Amino acid sequence: MLGFISRRLLSGVLLLLVTSSVAYFLMFASSNSIAINLLGDAATKDQIVAKEHELGLDRPILARYFDWLGHAVTGNLGKSWLSSESISESLLSRLGVTLTLVGVVIILAAIIATILGMLAAVKGGWIDRLVQVIGITGFAVPNFVVAIFLVTVFAIQTPIFPATGWVPFSEDPKQWLMSLALPVSALVLGTVASSAQQIRSAIKSVLERDWVRTLKSRGIPQREILFKHVLRAAAPAGLTVLSLQFVGLLGGVVIIEQLFALPGMGYLAVSSTTSGDTPVVMGVVVYTVILVIVVNLLVDLLNGWLNPKNRVK
Amino acid sequence: MTNNTPTQNAHSTEIIRRSLIGRLLRNPLTLVSGSFLLILVVSGVFAQFLAPFDPQATDINAVLSPINSKHLLGTDSAGRDVLSRIIFGVQSTLISAVITIVTSIVIGVPAGMIAGYFGRKLDAVSNWISNMLQSLPAIIVLLAVSASFGNSIFVSMFVFGVLITPGFFRLTRTAVMGVRNELYVDAARVSGLGDFRIIIRHIFGVVRAPIIIQAAMISGIAISVQSGLAFLGLGDPKLISWGVMLNEGFVNIFSSPTLVVWPGLAISSTIGAFALLGNAIRDALEDSQKVETSSSKSKYKRNSSKLATNDSSKSKSNHMLTVQNLSVGYAQGDGSLKKVVSDVSFELNKGEVLGIVGESGSGKSQTAFSILGLLPANAIIASGHIEFEGHELVSRETGAIRQKELAAFRGKRIAYIPQEPMSNLDPAFTIGYQLIRPVTQILKLSKDEARKKVLGILDMVGIVNPERVMSLYPHEISGGMAQRVLIAGAISCEPDLLIADEPTTALDVTVQAEVLDLLRDLQKRLGMGMVLVTHNFGVVADLADRVIVMQYGKVVEQGGVRELLRSPQEPYTKILLGSMLEGKTPMTMLTESQRDSK
Repeated sequence: MLGFISRRLLSGVLLLLVTSSVAYFLMFASSNSIAINLLGDAATKDQIVAKEHELGLDRPILARYFDWLGHAVTGNLGKSWLSSESISESLLSRLGVTLTLVGVVIILAAIIATILGMLAAVKGGWIDRLVQVIGITGFAVPNFVVAIFLVTVFAIQTPIFPATGWVPFSEDPKQWLMSLALPVSALVLGTVASSAQQIRSAIKSVLERDWVRTLKSRGIPQREILFKHVLRAAAPAGLTVLSLQFVGLLGGVVIIEQLFALPGMGYLAVSSTTSGDTPVVMGVVVYTVILVIVVNLLVDLLNGWLNPKNRVK
Repeated sequence: MTNNTPTQNAHSTEIIRRSLIGRLLRNPLTLVSGSFLLILVVSGVFAQFLAPFDPQATDINAVLSPINSKHLLGTDSAGRDVLSRIIFGVQSTLISAVITIVTSIVIGVPAGMIAGYFGRKLDAVSNWISNMLQSLPAIIVLLAVSASFGNSIFVSMFVFGVLITPGFFRLTRTAVMGVRNELYVDAARVSGLGDFRIIIRHIFGVVRAPIIIQAAMISGIAISVQSGLAFLGLGDPKLISWGVMLNEGFVNIFSSPTLVVWPGLAISSTIGAFALLGNAIRDALEDSQKVETSSSKSKYKRNSSKLATNDSSKSKSNHMLTVQNLSVGYAQGDGSLKKVVSDVSFELNKGEVLGIVGESGSGKSQTAFSILGLLPANAIIASGHIEFEGHELVSRETGAIRQKELAAFRGKRIAYIPQEPMSNLDPAFTIGYQLIRPVTQILKLSKDEARKKVLGILDMVGIVNPERVMSLYPHEISGGMAQRVLIAGAISCEPDLLIADEPTTALDVTVQAEVLDLLRDLQKRLGMGMVLVTHNFGVVADLADRVIVMQYGKVVEQGGVRELLRSPQEPYTKILLGSMLEGKTPMTMLTESQRDSK
């Protein structure tokens, strides 16, 4: 098992290396107009040259890349071109908001989707149809449209929740919850919608397996068969669904954070991209990739633990 | 049906395919979503002729005008006609979806099939690339792309298509890996089928439906990403898109709240139409037996309920098991009932062995499952009733399976030995757990007592090292051993009636003989009644006291085993016996022509 973990970790590091390199060259290859963007159109040629030298843009891209990489390994992702703040620090301070949002959404969605999927698969009938309707509705209405609707109804017309803004938990737990309510709701609907249906079909296909019939023939109570055996057999599929949802959410929060003015990584990414602060965007990419690697590793470990056949020796 | 032969499978796929378009067109969801998308395509293509105004023409005198006869959906903050902009917005929306889908399917599906089937290095490499793509935050990559290549939706959506490839890749790969690990693909490989044919025959059937659903999903996601980018103000500023309209509407949410409604509605209904169309195709592709059980059961009246209540059945029988006029059917897509068992009657006494012989599809397994009350969820008992020691298992009046009565008997009085040993053990639990748990449940023994009992039974069924076997997982034991384990599970609570469904079919010939010996010995020793379902007269001759021969769901002939084997009366029995004596096992349906020629 230890070998398995270290192998996955190694592959994760490699993944991070390749992803960040691709992203780096993609983003910095076209850095011709960076200085102009930063200084404005009125900048003189000398100013531009001076700025480019200050940012190191006059050096070859490979040299800059290895420079960046050398620092990144030590956890130093450089400084923002605009504010000269340390990127790692400003990302860490925003990571909490994004992770809270995504974490709360994933946990809520996993619980709701499993319950709905199980009911739909076992009971069929109207619950099955309800899950399908939720699935299509939640899928058809993108989360930012849901968010606009929620803001209009619950923040503008009847001001129950704040329309924008973020209150840290440490400051005021109740306000924290209030500021989370609308963004979380906007994201949960879509996540539940797509995962409930997939969990339903996963459970349904397990229910058709021969051993489920044999367990029934042995006199094992239905409830035990469902929760101990069927749920466990459907779990790998469910976990895969949820891990994909997690990555989707990391993208989805970008728009939601923007819409609700939440100070998370996504908000930073959009503002840095529009302002041309490329090193910050690069930092967001690195952090996101690390998050995905950790989640994938966790899912792999869980799957291995759940199915003895998958256990790697 | 448990004993599907390849021929049968191929046959049924053909039927499903033939009626696919018919079933699609009969589904109102297809019509609604299909026509909606058709209208969209038409409006996109002919936007110039359909739109009442130039979508970019501003009118300072009609800023934020409400819905009126001139501007059917009002105007925006620059006085542009909203309806015209919605119509022109169709173009960017549909083009985005098409580019994304084509890109991701062309890359993802073949990669997933190859990686999932061949495994090893290919799998590692492609899985790794897939992980890399998935780790890239799509929206941020798209920002970087539009910074480098300009705000072209063609480029953005192509890149998004590449990024979302794992959606197809993972799905295909997981499905293919699952199938590959199933025994039948191993069997196909061993029997010399080429890799390519295995992929086509077994695996494509499994992944087809998920890919179609995924394609609909990804069309929707593409539209939502494109709208999202435009909403963030990061799309092509000259391009008319619903996302930009949504953004402008959101800015004016206080003064003109309806402005967000139209683009929001347009985005949602377009994505919804894709999802509905995907669902409709999935439903049509899925098993033809997809009919809601709860509603359909009541729909079918028990047509021969009068038959069941005639004279002889009135007197309570002295037999342990009585099956009377049993008919089992499956509701078809067109509303008819396809009977797989019709009007089957027999009884069984204590300690007696009844063989039910027939080819695949003769209804013998379905008859056995009816006794256990373990028919597939969509099966319907159309008529007849089943009684076990005076208790009704299938009600005479309603034809409903009395699950409560059965739950009290299953495992305790009536036990089941399945056909396929490997697929009948839960792969996630040890042999020991799967044997001990029923004993603690049924006999109310403590774990230790149950363990001792199970050890004894494993010894009885001829397992040499029971302690070790109990600690193993199902994939760690051989088929013959798994079948012994299943037999041990069936007899562990000392049942009175054993339902054995082809208990030796999946085993090697040498192991078959051993298992038969074991069954005969156990049956004698424990004095169990036994319903033995098989296609093999040899097994019947070996074990059974009486025989029923079934064909097309009906009983063709029944009688004592000696008489029937020595002097079969019905031509079908003779053919069946004849093919056995020639040393051939009749695995497929004997066709009409074969029967005529004999």
